[in-house]
Amino acid sequence: MHKLFTARVIENRPVNHKNYLLTAQPLAATAAPLPGQFYMIETARSLDPLLKRPFSYFRRTPDTLQFLYALKGKGTALMSTLATGQEIRVIGPLGTGYPPPPKGTAPLLVAGGLGIASLFSFAETLSKKLCLLYGARCRSDFLMLDEVDKLGCEVVTCTDDFSFGKGGKVTDVVSDFLSSSPKKRYTLYACGPLPMLAAVSDTARRHKIRGFVSLEENMACGFGACLGCAVRTVRGYKRVCKEGPVFPIEEIVW
Amino acid sequence: MDLSVSIGRLNLKNPVMTASGTFGYGEEYTDFMDPSVLGGIIVKGISLKPMEGNPPPRICETPCGMLNAIGLQNVGLKNFLKEKLPYLRKFETKIIVNILGKSIQEYVKIAKALDGAGVDGIELNVSCPNVKKGGITFGTDQRSLSQLINSVRQAVPSATIITKLSPNVSSIPDFAKTAEDAGSDAISLINTIPALAIDPETWKPRLANVTGGLSGPAIKPIALRMVWEAAQAVQIPVIGVGGILNSSDAVEFLLAGASAVQVGTGNFVNPRATSEIVEGLSAYLQRKNIHSVSAIIGKLKTP
Repeated sequence: MHKLFTARVIENRPVNHKNYLLTAQPLAATAAPLPGQFYMIETARSLDPLLKRPFSYFRRTPDTLQFLYALKGKGTALMSTLATGQEIRVIGPLGTGYPPPPKGTAPLLVAGGLGIASLFSFAETLSKKLCLLYGARCRSDFLMLDEVDKLGCEVVTCTDDFSFGKGGKVTDVVSDFLSSSPKKRYTLYACGPLPMLAAVSDTARRHKIRGFVSLEENMACGFGACLGCAVRTVRGYKRVCKEGPVFPIEEIVW
Repeated sequence: MDLSVSIGRLNLKNPVMTASGTFGYGEEYTDFMDPSVLGGIIVKGISLKPMEGNPPPRICETPCGMLNAIGLQNVGLKNFLKEKLPYLRKFETKIIVNILGKSIQEYVKIAKALDGAGVDGIELNVSCPNVKKGGITFGTDQRSLSQLINSVRQAVPSATIITKLSPNVSSIPDFAKTAEDAGSDAISLINTIPALAIDPETWKPRLANVTGGLSGPAIKPIALRMVWEAAQAVQIPVIGVGGILNSSDAVEFLLAGASAVQVGTGNFVNPRATSEIVEGLSAYLQRKNIHSVSAIIGKLKTP
């Protein structure tokens, strides 16, 4: 199995005003990723940008890997110009995945915006008994809603500007959701912007449920060598790329 | 094809090493390459006590390079000897340990312990502030630097000592000469260049530590100039570091006068970089019909 491999771009297309979906076919045998794991992707063969960029995989098909990404800076802008047939170098799968929910608990997935990228593949592996709370700033920020519908699970959408689904922040929706079903035991899985993760973690603590968050941090290598992606935990600094990106909620010092 | 080079008493099978702090303790790279193909591994800086490092964000990318302020995070001498060194020893390559301290006494203690444990060499990180001397960094004060190297030399008389020079000085030849005169077996340069990156939207520095060390191809021309200057000033071997990504870059450093090279940021860009550089050097020499890598060291043709 090759952890550093070349992949051929099959398709690279916009899915809304600021997000793209890249489909790439590894040209060597690679290990099957666990939901929540990520890949380092070469956005352009150049000295600037120099470093690969980390992306959770959105979905794996028998031949391809799919990545959802946002146009954020120079690297992702160049990445959006990758054409079908171009070859890119990729490292992965890297990091830890989402652990399965402990027996007797139901998975509650909370995605904020692009956070769906890492939770989608996890949702696919779970039985339909899961519940997905999916929040975005506005209607046009949602990603892959058709695919999410096909999961066949309970989905609650919400928007900060009340333009779609429930009105309000996903953090409030999580709180309401847990308050309305106090008898049921959940394991929470969250991915999204850092303030959202901090708020959701706080909610989980108040409702005394356990859970996991997937974090993001600048990283140079992605495989544990540079120590650039440190996150403060109750047991000192840990590497987002190696001990994470998925961490138990109670470990993170917010 | 003879790729071997000598650094002090050490015979390296080829001139390609990893730069301190970019290769961990060797564990992270075995998924990508065999560390035994290397001339040497320079292990991440070890201090007497473990150090937890700086708060995040610790790194950011800049044009053709990156800034880091990891904060010398390391497991400390005791854990290194117990947990990390036995693993590193499994590779058929020279193990050189980068060391750092807040006082000469700390450097001496670490050097003695490592020498006793049988490591192949010691690289002195002299970019740390000397607490006893009011925080002046060893690497930017010739007298402190001389005293430090002298003390370590006396403490471990038979060890190979490499001094890693800071680029943050007005005259590299002066500091190279100081290192040589104080008993260093070799010098490595350059360490990262102190730098700053700013986010114009938030008005904040991009690193929590405010400043960091610039590395990568952006600093290569500066490193080449300094290696070239240093190599002319001293008789001891010079090890070139700074923005090496491939074998052509390595050849440039050898021509400038380096007897060996270290690859740092290049490992992050391509975890197989070092092993590809070893192969590339061999192919280069073959193409040029040169039988030994030592035949190109310092052969820069200047007018």
